[in-house]
Amino acid sequence: MSTSLTLTVNGQSVTRDVPPQTLLVEFIREHLRLTGTHVGCDTAQCGACTVHVDGRATKSCNVLAHQVAGSSVTTIEGLEAADGTLHPMQAAFKACHGLQCGYCTPGMVMSAVDLATHHGCHSEAQVREALEGNICRCTGYHNIVKAVIKGAADMKATA
Amino acid sequence: MNARQGFVGQSVERREDTRFLTGRGQYTDDITLPGQTHGVFLRSPHAHARIKSINTTAAAKAPGVVAIFNGEPFKGVGGLPCGWLINSLDGTPMKEPKHPVLADGKVRYVGDRVALVVAETLAQAQAARDLIEVEYEVLTPVIDTAKATEIASNVHDEAPGNLCYHWGIGDKDGTAAAFANAAHVTTLHFRNNRLIPNAMEPRCANASYNSAADEYTLYVSNQNPHVERLLMCAFVLGIPEHKMRVIAPDVGGGFGSKIYLYGEETALVWASKQIRRPIKWVAERSEAFLSDAHGRDHVTTAQLALDKDGHFLGLKADTTANMGAYLSTFASCIPTILHATLLAGQYKTPKIWCEVKAVFTNTAPVDAYRGAGRPEATYLLERIVETAATEMGIDPAEIRRRNFITEFPYATPVGLTYDIGDYNATMTRAIELADVAGFAARKAASAAKGLKRGIGYAAYIEACGIAPSSVAGALGARAGLFEAGEVRVHPTGKVTVFTGSHSHGQGHETTFAQVVADKLGIPMEDVSIEHGDTGKILFGMGTYGSRSLAVGGTAIVKALDKIIAKGKKIAAHLMEASDSDIVFEDGLFKVAGTDKNVPFASVSLTAYVPHNFPHDKLEPGLNENAFYDPSNFTYPAGTYICEVEIDPATGKTTVERFTAVDDFGNVVNPMIVEGQVHGGLAQGIGQALLEHGVYDTESGQLLSGSYMDYAMPRADDVPSFHVETAKGTPCTHNPLGVKGCGEAGAIGSPPAVINAICNALGVKDVPMPATPHTVWKAANGKL
Repeated sequence: MSTSLTLTVNGQSVTRDVPPQTLLVEFIREHLRLTGTHVGCDTAQCGACTVHVDGRATKSCNVLAHQVAGSSVTTIEGLEAADGTLHPMQAAFKACHGLQCGYCTPGMVMSAVDLATHHGCHSEAQVREALEGNICRCTGYHNIVKAVIKGAADMKATA
Repeated sequence: MNARQGFVGQSVERREDTRFLTGRGQYTDDITLPGQTHGVFLRSPHAHARIKSINTTAAAKAPGVVAIFNGEPFKGVGGLPCGWLINSLDGTPMKEPKHPVLADGKVRYVGDRVALVVAETLAQAQAARDLIEVEYEVLTPVIDTAKATEIASNVHDEAPGNLCYHWGIGDKDGTAAAFANAAHVTTLHFRNNRLIPNAMEPRCANASYNSAADEYTLYVSNQNPHVERLLMCAFVLGIPEHKMRVIAPDVGGGFGSKIYLYGEETALVWASKQIRRPIKWVAERSEAFLSDAHGRDHVTTAQLALDKDGHFLGLKADTTANMGAYLSTFASCIPTILHATLLAGQYKTPKIWCEVKAVFTNTAPVDAYRGAGRPEATYLLERIVETAATEMGIDPAEIRRRNFITEFPYATPVGLTYDIGDYNATMTRAIELADVAGFAARKAASAAKGLKRGIGYAAYIEACGIAPSSVAGALGARAGLFEAGEVRVHPTGKVTVFTGSHSHGQGHETTFAQVVADKLGIPMEDVSIEHGDTGKILFGMGTYGSRSLAVGGTAIVKALDKIIAKGKKIAAHLMEASDSDIVFEDGLFKVAGTDKNVPFASVSLTAYVPHNFPHDKLEPGLNENAFYDPSNFTYPAGTYICEVEIDPATGKTTVERFTAVDDFGNVVNPMIVEGQVHGGLAQGIGQALLEHGVYDTESGQLLSGSYMDYAMPRADDVPSFHVETAKGTPCTHNPLGVKGCGEAGAIGSPPAVINAICNALGVKDVPMPATPHTVWKAANGKL
């Protein structure tokens, strides 16, 4: 049943035998044991499972692992620098108290990095609209919005 | 004292964040054990039905199946207990039908647990579940809260007419007399809409049994692991408590829904012994919608009697509260002890009478959800106060001021004694911060665009820090409500603190460490906070009701006091001084009036290397426990002001400004406290505008069972908030002077939003959730 799948995850090439129906999020969590990517719903609504596929934010519960064969996937574990320095967006979430229970946080950060990279964060309203696909139950979004704006500015400053 | 020195009072960044931000949190589903199996539950598709037969023959032969269990083996064990006994007005105890681990001959809500399927993989368990054949005899469901006692169908045979209890509090005759003398009576009928908690981490558990030691370990997403263990061991499965370890690791939000003992983890623990392998279950989101304990769902008539000047003379409230199909762990005390006792609010209403009928329905169990009874009380009171102000032509702030309690302590007519507060101060500051003075101009600007702008107030109070055990016991609690803490000082002066409180987003690892570091005069890096493991923590009643710092924090402070007291004796010995001459300041034990001192770490080293030690007076070591049972509730209070803009063409309501000024007493970490308020506000605005747990009244199917149907607040549904923590009136009866901040936002915001909508539209009432359709109907006289 299983077929071989090769892709790059957090900069490293991985090859595994994976059943064809395996979701990308299952592959990441169960096959690679990278458990920072979370599952919060079953309808591709909550965004907790958001990762980057070839640099773009993707809900990994909504993609089969084999669909991204050959792609480069980045999970929350791949965001910080090799020396443990937090990515500017991670650092901004910490500085702005943009997380509480931490469950939605990996997906929220991955979405925010995509937003900052590809669209910029020009206004609070734009950030709020862009985060529509990521649900947080703890923070009321107030500090997440602050964090995303700060993180985007810090990314630009360090780019 | 308003403690603002050192770490306390500072917005210290959270120590837990790095692991969450880098994907290194350890939630229950992240833990996989050797020999892991996977469990799924077959759930009832019917709201109310008799199980005629269950055929598992085909399912048992499916690939990978390890075992299948139905309700039969659980007939011999206890039901899931309810922790609070409520007696009816006639003196009879509430009806308490058995809440079985797995359905026992009958299913009582869509999602009721029928069978547990265990297989090698999750996919195999799911596939096998689909092969189970259950024959049901469908019965008439009881769904509507208001009509539950009228339907000729009983959820439980033991509760005829579906009545669980009919309870009351206050002075019925005195209240009636107050109404007889009133110049004005305001009446409102409303529903406090049913909510579904939706912590982002779905409920999950991983249970294992070690046959060599005859011991169980349960990882579970839970807010109070010791309570979970006690209830499961003592009341349901009969497992000796010392043979069971419950670990609630990182938990992805709770909001009340993870307080309770549920059948799922109970079945898993029992089954793990049968198959001698660990079983993991993780709820799908749709399962969470069906089976997590829901919140609110009250139907209420409220009446406020006033004199001609707007002074409150009496309040009457008649509430029917939906318990759902079974009594969840604390369900019975929510509409009674945590609701009716709050009906004085911030006001010196002299006479209050509240009656509550609790009813069983064929819906998911209903229990505490963020605020738990207090949002319902605040909604009732703040809606009727604002409505009365409108009806009498009195400014809504002014009518509140005329009735504010200003002298403390104040004994309310519904059983509580407020120790302290300053309601004028929070209201005055909220009015400034919200720029109420500029509202008229903003309203005109909205009108120029064809939009309607409105402003609404809510002045809430809540009772937190539950609770003095003796008081709670007298009111029917079947548990103590203290908290426990342990301070373990290591030989090098580093400190591990064990707390019975549980953090699932609240940031205890930071806040508690701030308190400990300040108290001991040591760096925060030298302090770690441990929680959530019955194998490590001496005991704990857990986290709910905004109690952690007020009760759990105080237990830690008491243990620290013992550490310091013992340290003084050791230091006195080392410095050859009298015990009474030693003072402890800035991490140094000093001989008062001299420059002689010994650092904290030298004392701790001496305690563990006791060569020069007062063995005749002291035991070696430096480790202290404390239990703290509060002498009263704490009473956070504040004023919230909401400003909305409504498009009358579409009914779309936009929250334009939201101002919250809270008096939480002393504040240890303002950043964390404000974050708690932000989250509560979004949940409260969600209740007011978006969220609604809806069952089809004919079939009993949950219609709002996914994020496609249940409108969770998203980033663009809420504004940035104006939140300010007032300098405040420190709580008078705990050493930190703290009150609790976790629920205020969810308590104060729904009435502020609805008051603003009513103000904008010039209507008396708009039901929650005020969806565009509902608001459009209200705006066009079609409600």
